[in-house]
Amino acid sequence: MKNNTPLVKRFRQSQLFWPLIALSLLLIVDAIFAPNFFKIGIVQGHLYGNLIDVVNNAAPLMLVAIGMTLVIATAGVDLSVGAVIAISAAMGTVLINPALGNELITNDILAANATNTPLWLVVVANLAAGTLCGVWNGFLVSRGKIQPMVATLILMVAGRGIAQLITNGQIMTVYYKPYWWFGNGFILGLPVSMYIVAIVFVLAWLLIRKTSIGLFIEIVGTNSRAAYYSGISEKNVKLIAYTFCGFCSAVAGLILSSYIHGCDANNIGLLYELDAILAVVIGGTLMSGGRFSLLASVIGALIIWTFTITMYTFGVPANALLAGRAVLVLIVILLYSDYSRRLINRLIERKGQTHGATN
Amino acid sequence: MVENNQEIIKMEKIYKSFPGVQALENVDFCLKQGEIHALVGENGAGKSTLIKVMTGVERHDSGHIFFEGEEITIRSPQHAQIVGISTVYQEVNLCDYLTVAENLLLGREPHNHFGIDWKAMNERAKHILADLGIHIDVTRPLGYFSTAIQQITAIARALEITSAKVLILDEPTSSLDIHETEQIFRVMKKLKNDGVGIIFITHFIDQIYEISDQITILRNGKLVGSYETNNLPRLSLISKMIGRNLSDYDDMKATKLETAKNIDKEPFFVANSLGLQDAITPFDLTLHAGEVVGFAGLLGSGRTEIARLLFGIDQPDQGTVTFDHTKIKEFSPIASIERGVGLCPEDRKREGIAGDLTIRENIILAIQARMGWFKYISLQKQYELANHYIKLLNISTPSPDQPVKNLSGGNQQKVILARWLATNPRLLILDEPTRGIDVGAKAEIQKLVLLLAEEGKSIIFISSELEEVLRTSHRIVVLRDKKKIIEFTEEVSEQKIMQSIAGGD
Repeated sequence: MKNNTPLVKRFRQSQLFWPLIALSLLLIVDAIFAPNFFKIGIVQGHLYGNLIDVVNNAAPLMLVAIGMTLVIATAGVDLSVGAVIAISAAMGTVLINPALGNELITNDILAANATNTPLWLVVVANLAAGTLCGVWNGFLVSRGKIQPMVATLILMVAGRGIAQLITNGQIMTVYYKPYWWFGNGFILGLPVSMYIVAIVFVLAWLLIRKTSIGLFIEIVGTNSRAAYYSGISEKNVKLIAYTFCGFCSAVAGLILSSYIHGCDANNIGLLYELDAILAVVIGGTLMSGGRFSLLASVIGALIIWTFTITMYTFGVPANALLAGRAVLVLIVILLYSDYSRRLINRLIERKGQTHGATN
Repeated sequence: MVENNQEIIKMEKIYKSFPGVQALENVDFCLKQGEIHALVGENGAGKSTLIKVMTGVERHDSGHIFFEGEEITIRSPQHAQIVGISTVYQEVNLCDYLTVAENLLLGREPHNHFGIDWKAMNERAKHILADLGIHIDVTRPLGYFSTAIQQITAIARALEITSAKVLILDEPTSSLDIHETEQIFRVMKKLKNDGVGIIFITHFIDQIYEISDQITILRNGKLVGSYETNNLPRLSLISKMIGRNLSDYDDMKATKLETAKNIDKEPFFVANSLGLQDAITPFDLTLHAGEVVGFAGLLGSGRTEIARLLFGIDQPDQGTVTFDHTKIKEFSPIASIERGVGLCPEDRKREGIAGDLTIRENIILAIQARMGWFKYISLQKQYELANHYIKLLNISTPSPDQPVKNLSGGNQQKVILARWLATNPRLLILDEPTRGIDVGAKAEIQKLVLLLAEEGKSIIFISSELEEVLRTSHRIVVLRDKKKIIEFTEEVSEQKIMQSIAGGD
């Protein structure tokens, strides 16, 4: 009745297998060439080290990748996530800043409470702005029947402009200390951002596993005609996916702006759309939609940042990083190609067979 | 004129196995010049594997292949083409937006000083098609023409690439109506006279008898035998294919008469001059619980259009429908499912199954859609449902976690049926439920239809195969040219229905 395939084989067929292989390969390289990579110390009661850096830095990307996974699973794509990060970050920071960023506040006591708005309202405004952007994308795609790439391109282009309108063209600086906590704080020695990712992940997991939305997303992505013929409201499924993606981007915007104590509408979350798509692809979810795995996409985001931090550890200059990342993409895509998968599968199987023979 | 009994291709003792399956076991096959050779068998009998071995897509494990008397190894599909073996697949692999001429000569365009010599190219294309007895404007895009013309273009292209000696046609007629099929047959006969050996794969028994000279039957990867068409009666062909007797069909007649007694007098569904511009002329239709209504008519006669209208995929622009004495206001699949209507669409692949997803997920789809977003059926319940229908409908699969695309056509159809049965529908519209599936599965589905009627469901049964409509339906609606022509409530002969389908009074 249930699946009787052995656990090892099932793991090898699961979507997590290849991303985990890729991550392990990276970590092995680190272990050989930069053993310090794994050193974790304790500074002021907080865990500290490269691995913590990876997780902390990857947090916003992991969040966006979670949302992007759902969108890509419906056979769509959201190019506007970077712009949505800027909009939501701008929305949050502008509410904090008493003088709309025009004044420098030097007094420490004033800085600690330099806010116009209570914190909860700042967070709600931030999340609401991003979610609203998601709703907008969702409406364009599902009701307007515009191709996802074109529909989200609109907000991708306009988004940073909107963010600048919100901040009145200023680079926002936040002196309000409680706001710094989201990107810099620690709970029980671990960065706050990790907990936020965990919460959003569980939220997404509940959404797709405890309601029928996960199944509907997969059906819409696999065969939207069949979904329609089976009485599934394909439009609402897409609307939810884009809305959730907007929400995830907003949370990422919160963490990013908190991390840098401010918001530069032109630069915050720049190129996040591409990194997020890359994370999803590394996670093995097809761009054509259908089957997806949230965890695999999260691992995909971790791979990207492990690689980045590794490059920093090796002393690769920041301006050469993009070139390095291109190499990563190339390797991953080659690793994922049917040819090399077959090759590796065959190697594993042959090994298994000789094992069987010697036993 | 070539001599017509020389062997072109001969395969001896072919073995081929895939992991877990012996796909071919000791199969012999022989094709002669100028012969139309039907290759038949149920789904999974090994037809396609044999073709794949012949065209170099797969390599056989053991056995010998002789081409014109010499033993050869076919290394790849390209190699097969160079040798002279061309294949035309069921789905046309051409570009809709290119012209017929471009499709025909792509890659071998005649050139002049300025590049492609368009005039010469169109002339040549016209000539090639005229040779096959087709006279059309070759400068129009291919998508403008009927599927038959597209098929013929594909055949012509296959012949153009090499001077093919063997032409393999994989279900060329599965989506064609009678006239279009005739067009293909004319081309096949022409090629036969030119000495080309044709391997014809089809599920249509009539067509086998109409055109083939020789029949080779496979079953479960083994050769049943090769027979001259004239010496093999239909019934023995079918029993050789499915390896059992057809007495099943006789039982059905009794069941049908039996179930006819249980039909509700009062209709629960009444359509009054329902119609849609350019799709279907306004028609009346009543449906009763426990009744099977058959729709007979050619492809494009309006059968599918009615199904789409009744299920709410298209919205009618005139007429009314009352369901349980209430007038229906909203026409959409969601509203229909709410009322207890289900539709197994004609195009199984594109509209029915979600191939990458599992059997379980495909089965629970419609019932989950009806239950909504938040009442997610527990995994345990999902497996129960899936296993229940796998058993009930006899779906052959190792587990409910198999992707549906791995199943054969018949089993895929059963999965879609299961999807609707799980919603316990009152009206089930089956649009070509047996298309492209093997004889055994066909009989099973037909029996199931009657069984469902017995349970009090109302069924609309649409099929191109008249025999099958006759066998299952209590009442038959005949359609022609997007119009409902007549309704037969009594037992009628095939002849009489044919006449009304053909028209001409």
